[in-house]
Amino acid sequence: MSDLGDLYQEILLEHNNRPKNFRELEDATAQADGFNPLCGDRVSLYLKVEDGCVADVGFQGSGCAISRASASMLTQSIKGQTVARAQEIFQAFHTMMTEPDAELDYDTLGDLETLAGVIDYPARIKCAILAWHTMVSALDGSSDPVTTE
Amino acid sequence: MTSNNPAESLGATPVSSSGLDVVRIREDFPILRRTVNGHPLVYLDNAATSQKPQAVIDALVNYYTTENSNVHRGVHTLSQEATEDYEGARSKVRRLLNAEKDEEIIFVRGTTEGINLVAQSFGRANIGQDDEILISCLEHHSNIVPWQIICQERGARLRVVPINDAGELLLEEYEAMLGPRTKLVSMLHISNALGTINPVKQIIELAHSRGIPVLLDGAQAAPHMPVDVRDLGCDFYVFSGHKLYGPTGIGILYGKSSLLNDMPPFQGGGDMIKSVTIEKTLYNDLPYKFEAGTPNIAGAIGLGAAVDYVTNIGLESIAAYENQLLEYGTDCLNTIEGLRLIGTAEKKAAILSFVMDQAHPHDIGTILDSQGIAIRTGHHCTQPLMDRFGIPATARASMSFYNTKDEVDALVKGIDRVIEVFS
Repeated sequence: MSDLGDLYQEILLEHNNRPKNFRELEDATAQADGFNPLCGDRVSLYLKVEDGCVADVGFQGSGCAISRASASMLTQSIKGQTVARAQEIFQAFHTMMTEPDAELDYDTLGDLETLAGVIDYPARIKCAILAWHTMVSALDGSSDPVTTE
Repeated sequence: MTSNNPAESLGATPVSSSGLDVVRIREDFPILRRTVNGHPLVYLDNAATSQKPQAVIDALVNYYTTENSNVHRGVHTLSQEATEDYEGARSKVRRLLNAEKDEEIIFVRGTTEGINLVAQSFGRANIGQDDEILISCLEHHSNIVPWQIICQERGARLRVVPINDAGELLLEEYEAMLGPRTKLVSMLHISNALGTINPVKQIIELAHSRGIPVLLDGAQAAPHMPVDVRDLGCDFYVFSGHKLYGPTGIGILYGKSSLLNDMPPFQGGGDMIKSVTIEKTLYNDLPYKFEAGTPNIAGAIGLGAAVDYVTNIGLESIAAYENQLLEYGTDCLNTIEGLRLIGTAEKKAAILSFVMDQAHPHDIGTILDSQGIAIRTGHHCTQPLMDRFGIPATARASMSFYNTKDEVDALVKGIDRVIEVFS
């Protein structure tokens, strides 16, 4: 196990304390719910997609610092991006969370790199990735809630 | 050596005021010698599963090394020895629970399977349209879902007795909910999530005065206190071997023979029959009627060794010592600012469930693990109970007789570190 400080970095704690875009979008064009049945983490993601771009994004829900910070950082990273770019960011994040030896796309990840340490805590990967699967589900227009199981 | 101060006696001194030589007891559990993340293991997840003494590990090794064979059907020596040990384990459990007859002790996979057996078998024979089954808000999912399944099948209704803010069953509400349509009361003896010890004698008396049978989920009680099914008068009692220092995959359903005899089989197969023709099968007598297929022989023998182990220490002493740990732990945690205990019943087992303003239970769990402290975080398979308290999860430290005051201190230090990280 790596040092706790690698996991609970300042940026992560800041997002946990003051999450960005922590609100429901009244004019959302896509929405999905994610649920981690093992822990009880819940996230609802709201997207406003206009002309192939994520014009606005918000989230609500309850969960641990990692799931909350990950959702908050997600909203920051995809806001204003094209849907295709949002999918690329998801792929880069997914690789970072699941492939320990992979070369990371730091340009695409940006601040999300803060969450790289989570891979050393297998029990917590689901917390970090929940919002992301929920985003993919919302973009796909799926009405089924996402679960990590 | 016995200390006059109960709190002091739980740490450094070898013998606690309850008479347990905890230092020596700890030597019986090889896993307690290991380190986790560079720290000595502090195992406080006993409500999830308990650690195994060497005697249980030896019993498993001995069975597979010297007498591995199938039970009940062989004329050869190994089969006879295995059968003797397997049935011997049944007698040990019968004595542990003070049941009247060995045939009332059914080997199952665990508490979950025991409850499913009763739900399916007793349920199919006795539960009809508009009938009611009574559970409580405290239940583990294993004492909710099997009843939902049978209720759905039968058009019956599952009713839930409420609790107060301390996590105690509301007995008056319970009594009012017992009615002519109530076919069974199924409740836990001790809450896995909160530690509440239910007033089971009153629960049973109130049900029996109306002719209603009672199942007790003893998963958290059997390992931590003396249980006498005849004194309690319960109709069914269920527990898991792995929480009682035995192997996983083995558990016990106790049932009164008068009820079990009238119940249809749960599963069909070998060992549960007297004779089979394609037209008709004659079922075996108790307990074999409910033990279809080759059973978990090693598991039963391991459980027998575990029963011997706790019986030798004495469940009265275990309960007394664990209660000292509970009192010490409760006092310690109550001094931590921002920490709130969930479950403050007057009668409690050594379970400390809590939430913190500063951190979510998962983060608490990860930070404690980095210091070698194992606790459980999450909803503890009691989502309706979490909903009752308006929380998604708790952090839960659950103690056993091999834990010490020093380990409670380590927990408190670990929580200090949580506060530090999140400050």
